[in-house]
Amino acid sequence: MFDQPESFLTADGRTIGGVMMEMKNITLRFGGVVAIQDISFDIREGEIRAIIGPNGAGKSSMLNVISGFYNPQEGEVWYKGELRPSMKPFEVARQGIARTFQNIALFEGMSVLDNVMTGRLNHMKAGILGQALWYGSAQREETKNREVVERVIDFLEIQDIRKTPVSRLPYGLKKRVELARALAADPKLLLLDEPMAGMNVEEKEDMSRFILDVNDEFGTTIALIEHDMSVVMDISDRVVVMDYGKKIGDGTPKDVRSNQAVIDAYLGVAHD
Amino acid sequence: MLPDQFLFGVEVMLNGLMAGVLYALVALGFVLIFKASGIFNYAQGVMALFGALTLVGIMDGQVPFAHLINAIFGTDVHHFGWHVPAFLSILLVMVVMVGLAWCVQHFIFRHLVGQEPIILFMATIGLAYFMEGFGDMMWNSEIKKLDIGIPQGGSMWIEEATSFLGGTNFYGFFIDKLEIVASAVAIVLVIILVAFAQYTKQGRAMRAVADDHQAALSVGISLSFIWVLVWSLAGFVALVAGIMWGAKSGVQFSLSLIALKALPVLMLGGFTSIPGAIVGGLIVGVGEKLFEFLIGAPFLGGATENWFAYMLALVFLVFRPQGLFGEKIIERV
Repeated sequence: MFDQPESFLTADGRTIGGVMMEMKNITLRFGGVVAIQDISFDIREGEIRAIIGPNGAGKSSMLNVISGFYNPQEGEVWYKGELRPSMKPFEVARQGIARTFQNIALFEGMSVLDNVMTGRLNHMKAGILGQALWYGSAQREETKNREVVERVIDFLEIQDIRKTPVSRLPYGLKKRVELARALAADPKLLLLDEPMAGMNVEEKEDMSRFILDVNDEFGTTIALIEHDMSVVMDISDRVVVMDYGKKIGDGTPKDVRSNQAVIDAYLGVAHD
Repeated sequence: MLPDQFLFGVEVMLNGLMAGVLYALVALGFVLIFKASGIFNYAQGVMALFGALTLVGIMDGQVPFAHLINAIFGTDVHHFGWHVPAFLSILLVMVVMVGLAWCVQHFIFRHLVGQEPIILFMATIGLAYFMEGFGDMMWNSEIKKLDIGIPQGGSMWIEEATSFLGGTNFYGFFIDKLEIVASAVAIVLVIILVAFAQYTKQGRAMRAVADDHQAALSVGISLSFIWVLVWSLAGFVALVAGIMWGAKSGVQFSLSLIALKALPVLMLGGFTSIPGAIVGGLIVGVGEKLFEFLIGAPFLGGATENWFAYMLALVFLVFRPQGLFGEKIIERV
């Protein structure tokens, strides 16, 4: 097992707990292409952990490994102190890990409300028969789930579009609905794949605020991928920097910013 | 009093509607699977046949694989000698259909995830012929009578109640009781399916999978569970269609060909729309009967019912390829 250091307080007064997820020596290959090469890092309870790096660095692949969409050829994933066996994405989701996608994966044919409601599917106990036979309890459960969903909708300020079909929404709002769906699942760990990609400055500020609020109010641990360095430095507690499938930096935003390898990667210094 | 010719036309239309309900039922099975998994299930018709065969087999107490058993052990078994009540038999066949759905998912489509649609389609052709052979081996290939107690023959009540409408040559509308029952059952089935999809956990998950696989996975839905579910539902729908068709014209292997009649229905209604399958079925049913009555029989020498639906589908393909209710596919260049 690994050591779990004591929890500590951040400068702004949030508690960061012990290690929730640990990636150990992860290597992921697609045929001959090595997408991730021997990367290890951890995610602590309650923190906002960013994964940054230039295009093609393997950030999304790493997120897909955490969420079970890819299974690495080598390495171990430890979650809540236990070695996680190779899992299907839906099994990972049922362990309390929710995610959003870089290219938005929403149910386009459904309304915003129905989309967010699907996030509660794992919290619905009643099966087909149960729903037919014990109508009352199924309905109580439905009411309870609706309450959670409404709270999330209020929280992300999308009340006015709750009945709108998702396909009619602009890009920025779609991103927010996707976040709402992930939040509705009441996740222990929230994975955000470029939550601010393609947004204007104002939208980025909104999204940053939502991410910070989610972390603050629900205590949700968040791992996110982001391109925009300034945003990342503002909102994250610790940062992993990747380049060409390798980890080239890991630490607080301040540490990472002064790391020569990171500066080189971002400025595009030639690799030997 | 209305002219007789007009009343005959109405009668033809009513009968067309009833036939259309059965087409719609078969098409519905296609739509369920296609929406959730993108598989065009050529075996849908054979599933109807297989369901009906198994139902007759269980009701009559046939020994499954009797021919095979006799050939190997030199015995002469064919019937257990008991009769199972229709209701219980239908429940048993439903269990069989779920088992079939599970086998289809675990032995075939689990290994074909992410393959081209044409490969999935070929797999269903293989499945269709396998099931036809398997059904033959299990229950033998004789034409069987299926009688689960649905009334048959023209409804006297309707005839008498409507005979006053026309003159002396008009004796009232002739409508088969079986088709009335079939329509009622189909309507109830559709209502149940829609309620299931809208209000249950599994129904929500099913709609989610139909919409986006990746997103469905990310909210914790097991795709393979949902696929077993939709194949089971398609199996139930096929069973109902098989029962109705079998009661009408006997359970025989040509039953599997009703799948071909569902093709024009799907082209009209769109492959991804449940209301489309229903409306398409009704249009084809009414259209082919009316066309035969108005144009086919008087001018074209009859038998237009064999090709009318396909002609109609062809016209639709030219002018509205996505069907009446299908999603328009726009690809950006």
